[in-house]
Amino acid sequence: MEIMSTRQQCKRIYSWVGREKRGILIKSERSVKEMCILVGEFVLVEGENADQPFVAKLLKLYEDGSQEKRAVVQWFSRISEVPLNKRKLLQREVSSQEIFLDKVPGYDTDINVEAIIRNVKVIPLAPEEAVPLRSHRKQIFFVKESWDGKCFKPLSPGLLSELKEEKKKKPESLSPSTDCQVFPLDFICSLKVETDRVTRSAMKTKNSQMEIESRHSSSKSSLSKERHSQRVANGIHTPGARKKLELNSPTKSKSKLTGCDVLELLSDDCDALEALEPSANKRKVTFTQILGSPPKISRTKDEPDSPQNNGGDWPKIVETIRISPYRRGQGSSLKAKNLGEKDDDTRHFNGRNEEEETEERARESRKRTKQAITSTSSCKSDTNLAEEEVLKTRSPVMTPRSHRKCVQKTTARIAEQLHFLNTSVPDEEDNYLPSTDSSDSSSSEEEESVVPCTPKRKIRSSVTLSTPKSLRKPSDTTPAKTTRKAPEPRTPKTPRNATPRIPIRKQATENPDNVLEEARLRLHVSAIPDSLPCREEEFQDIYNFVESKLIDGTGGCMYISGVPGTGKTATVHEVIRCLQQAAENDKLPSFQFIEINGMKLTDPRQAYVQILQLLTGQKVTAAHAAVLLAKLFCTPGPKRKTTVLIVDELDLLWTRKQDVMYNLFDWPSQKQAKLIILAIANTMDLPERIMMNRVASRLGLTRMSFQPYTYKQLQQIISSRLNHIKAFEEDAIQLVSRKVAALSGDARRCLDICRRSTEICEFSSQKTASQLVSMAHVMKAIDEMFSSPYINSIRNASLHEQMFLKAIIAEFRRSGLEEATVQQIYHQHVALCRIEGLQIPTVSEIMAVCSRLGACRFLLVESNNKYLHVRVRLNVSQDDVMYALKQE
Amino acid sequence: MSKRKSKETSSANEECISQVQRIFRERFCHQCPSGKLFGLELQYKHLLELLKRTTIHGESNSALIIGPRGSGKTMLLNHVLKELMEIKEVRENLLQVHLNGLLQTNDKIALKEITRQLQMENVVGDKVFGSFAENLSFLLEALKKGDRENSCPVLFILDEFDLFVHHKNQTLLYNLFDISQSAQTPVTIIGLTCRQDILELLEKRVKSRFSHRQIYLMNSFDFKQYLKIFKEQLYLPAEFSDKTFTQKWNKNVQSLSEDKTVQDVLRNHFHCSKDLRSLHMLLMLALSSITVSHPFMTGADLLEASKLCRMDSKANIVHGLSVLEICLIIAMKHLNDVYEGEPFNFQMVYNEFQKFIQRKAHSMYNFEKPVVMKAFEHLLQLELIKPVDGPSVRAQREYQLMKLLLDNSQIMDALQVYPNCPTDVKQWATSSLSWL
Repeated sequence: MEIMSTRQQCKRIYSWVGREKRGILIKSERSVKEMCILVGEFVLVEGENADQPFVAKLLKLYEDGSQEKRAVVQWFSRISEVPLNKRKLLQREVSSQEIFLDKVPGYDTDINVEAIIRNVKVIPLAPEEAVPLRSHRKQIFFVKESWDGKCFKPLSPGLLSELKEEKKKKPESLSPSTDCQVFPLDFICSLKVETDRVTRSAMKTKNSQMEIESRHSSSKSSLSKERHSQRVANGIHTPGARKKLELNSPTKSKSKLTGCDVLELLSDDCDALEALEPSANKRKVTFTQILGSPPKISRTKDEPDSPQNNGGDWPKIVETIRISPYRRGQGSSLKAKNLGEKDDDTRHFNGRNEEEETEERARESRKRTKQAITSTSSCKSDTNLAEEEVLKTRSPVMTPRSHRKCVQKTTARIAEQLHFLNTSVPDEEDNYLPSTDSSDSSSSEEEESVVPCTPKRKIRSSVTLSTPKSLRKPSDTTPAKTTRKAPEPRTPKTPRNATPRIPIRKQATENPDNVLEEARLRLHVSAIPDSLPCREEEFQDIYNFVESKLIDGTGGCMYISGVPGTGKTATVHEVIRCLQQAAENDKLPSFQFIEINGMKLTDPRQAYVQILQLLTGQKVTAAHAAVLLAKLFCTPGPKRKTTVLIVDELDLLWTRKQDVMYNLFDWPSQKQAKLIILAIANTMDLPERIMMNRVASRLGLTRMSFQPYTYKQLQQIISSRLNHIKAFEEDAIQLVSRKVAALSGDARRCLDICRRSTEICEFSSQKTASQLVSMAHVMKAIDEMFSSPYINSIRNASLHEQMFLKAIIAEFRRSGLEEATVQQIYHQHVALCRIEGLQIPTVSEIMAVCSRLGACRFLLVESNNKYLHVRVRLNVSQDDVMYALKQE
Repeated sequence: MSKRKSKETSSANEECISQVQRIFRERFCHQCPSGKLFGLELQYKHLLELLKRTTIHGESNSALIIGPRGSGKTMLLNHVLKELMEIKEVRENLLQVHLNGLLQTNDKIALKEITRQLQMENVVGDKVFGSFAENLSFLLEALKKGDRENSCPVLFILDEFDLFVHHKNQTLLYNLFDISQSAQTPVTIIGLTCRQDILELLEKRVKSRFSHRQIYLMNSFDFKQYLKIFKEQLYLPAEFSDKTFTQKWNKNVQSLSEDKTVQDVLRNHFHCSKDLRSLHMLLMLALSSITVSHPFMTGADLLEASKLCRMDSKANIVHGLSVLEICLIIAMKHLNDVYEGEPFNFQMVYNEFQKFIQRKAHSMYNFEKPVVMKAFEHLLQLELIKPVDGPSVRAQREYQLMKLLLDNSQIMDALQVYPNCPTDVKQWATSSLSWL
């Protein structure tokens, strides 16, 4: 979130600090702000997902031959980068702020300097230290263990001290409050931190206002849009939803609030101040606290913007102000919800003693005030007073800040205005929120759960209407444009990527209660067999191919062909399953597996959209997705896993320019792409037939063709599926397999026939005890499925329909052509009727007969209104017709 | 006293008759699932078992019901569904999606309709009808989420299945069949079509995924059974209010079925088309002649109805033509005979007509050419003649090539019954050479 906001400048200039490349100075064109990153500091590095930049430690800076600035880094992994199955190795909950020293081999540690976003604070923790949960922001990371792709290990003491050393070495650097983390359990320490911060902020004050401005204006800058447009795509709706969440619980657990919650907020505030770029606004916040806010404070735990929260109460200001310039507080407002429960853990870090003391005091004060209170809502003011009490207890800590008169003034002004026009607060915040645009992973779920609360919108909109423009003045840092632009993203109420679901059935499915039903269940094509018999060779080939590419860390394509129902997709999936297992067991480097199917796309270009969505979860248009994917695969991305992509039904990705296929097969040839493509289609010579040379050449010559199953293989497939269930006679299985092998070799057909045979068997032998599918049953099933329906249908047609067919053949014989008009056939028909002594049908009746036969496609009838002159052809062979009619 | 009694009986009769009319109209015109199925027991059982397994065991299936129009495909399905819905655990578990190839003319519309019928729009919120691609992936994801044990089975009924085959890439069919062949939400796809060659229309991948279960409906009954069906269709139900009337009516139906003329009428009808819908049409026409004064159906009624059914529409139009127009048609007939069906134009017809007027006609008035032209155009409007090329060809009206849409036999039949036809015209019609 704010990671983004810090780098919204349109262009950034990177320059060395010092000749010996001691560090790097990042300067943006638009703002005066400069960022200095020294070697040894921790940095955020741009990754494929802009919301989750990589964390790394800067080890070395150098310039390569082409004057390009390069950096050598030591990677750290976020928990989200660790494969799901490995996370359980940790056996504990991992906060999103915990990172791991990355010792996974194979990642490129040499990166382009321009990928560095900015510096970040990483706090090393000793193994016995708990990871603090207090911080709401993602700016601070904690490192405690290392991750080498197989297991987690606590940081070695040497490493830990080294890391800590580096922290201490430069206390004057941009992360000055590190010592706080090194000796965190000290009450005095917090004092120290305060002073520290204040001195720091004093240095920076003159810049801060401008900084904020630049940040606001940059939110509309085109570059930032381009760089992180996906953020907009998935992030825009978040604020609205979160807003709802907050509004949703305005009355929740008011009475439960204690001083510690307030403390919580205070400590939040401290966090904010510890941030790398402190700003005046933050200090304003703290001053408000000291000034003592108006007594009519409502308790805001997780609803900083709730309408009931009339302005003037300091916690809200804290929230509001913090949110506005820093684009933060999204996460915090969410997390704040949980704070109630997490109090203990949180306090732990902040200094337990202090907390407990204050809490006690707060409790006392509450008791006192309870009696004294005469004013309005007792519970409310009760807690509020308690909060004030808490404030008082803490005030000595904060005193240093009160030196700043000007800040104090502005804060007071803001407080005043907020108090005066309290309704404006939600509105303003509303406007800020969309531009803050966070999107943490949990947000969509959160949204879903909150969706049903509708009335909130009304409140919001009414508030918006009642807000005079001048109200936005207090936050004069906010450009008008932001506010105007903001309302539009509000509209989506429900997440676009909600997970749809078919309703759950009310009654449980019945389990098979006899052998035949059991067999039927096992024979269903959808049943996943334990192993795939008869495709061992193909399996091995594909496995070896992918495995070798995985080990080499390169990319490649493989083309797999075969007629439908020969197990192509099943085999490939099996391979992937095995590979994933191997990767889990650390025999292979882990990889990402995605799959697209040409038949499941509405347009070939949608392939880009799907791939991108599967890779990164972003949802963009096809054209944009193509650009992003090209960027992803073609630029030297640091630290990327190999991707295995299955493209099923490849032939449907054909376009006139073949750009989709071209791109797909071009990417694996890029050095950095690490993309393995397994393309599946039906025709063996697809590359030669429909692909241009340049596409076919990129596809390469790694081909594999799945032969149709032989009857022996089919037999084996059936038996392995049945798995010793005695439901079929051996001969019956053989008959099915031979029949299918002769027809198509389609395993699906084979299984379908078997399934149908069990039904027939069950149906016919309801009385008899023997429930074994025999040859007769199988024969019947095969007949049902494959016998041509024409002859039977013709035999069951009405007399005149049959006569008409006869007349057609007679007319064909007469004219020697395979086509006749209805008029000609009619004459023949009349003649035949005379011979047979039947009533002669009228032309209308004949037309009706003709159209009926046409509808069943015995005839091909011209579709125009030429009436008698409509031309007719037979769609069945004349022999079939003669055969069918003769038998009677 | 007796007068009043007769009045009472007549009013009671009136009541009966109106009830009879209502019952039969319902039976013949609505496809009510309460009606009876004839000769479809096996298919019925097959389909019922199939759907039961889907709902109870969560087994995915696909099947096609194939049969000529009016053979009772939809009725069969409705019957099965009705019986299924009487089972409690089916009623609660089954989701139905009805699609019709004539309504859902492309996959995009079909997807929207599926989403709507599955009542999943609320999940998408404002974006109910997003882009086609979104819709597809949304639906696929939804169906993929499910599994055999937990998800509600979905029954897809695709009426006019053959029309879905023409959708681009058969995307919808592929995906539906693919779901039915994979371990996702249990679905059963029932297609209804009258095309016997339907399997050849499926793309090879789609075909492979289709289970090849085909249920054929054939109208496979002979005339005896047809007669039985006829009786069944005409019997009044036992729960009819007036028992005596029911008895009389049913007795009458029985005697009707034994009547020779009725059997002949029915046999002719049976020969022409076996489907029950056309029988319903016939009975409906016969039924409409039933009034209070004529409370029971007779053989004559059926004969009349059958005549109405078999009526030749084009010949009927000829009955209403003027003598001049008839003459033009006869002229065209002669031209057809002479030139063996080659197209003609107005000028040729006019010349032929002139020949007749000059040499043969005694009663005919020699019309001006524009008048004849007008008559010719009237024939064109009635679609008794049709231009060979489309209207786009800009030839002079007199020389536009035409074809006659009547057969000689139709013309002769029409002339037979044409009121007040001049004898010389009739003679001319029989032979164009008679003037020689």
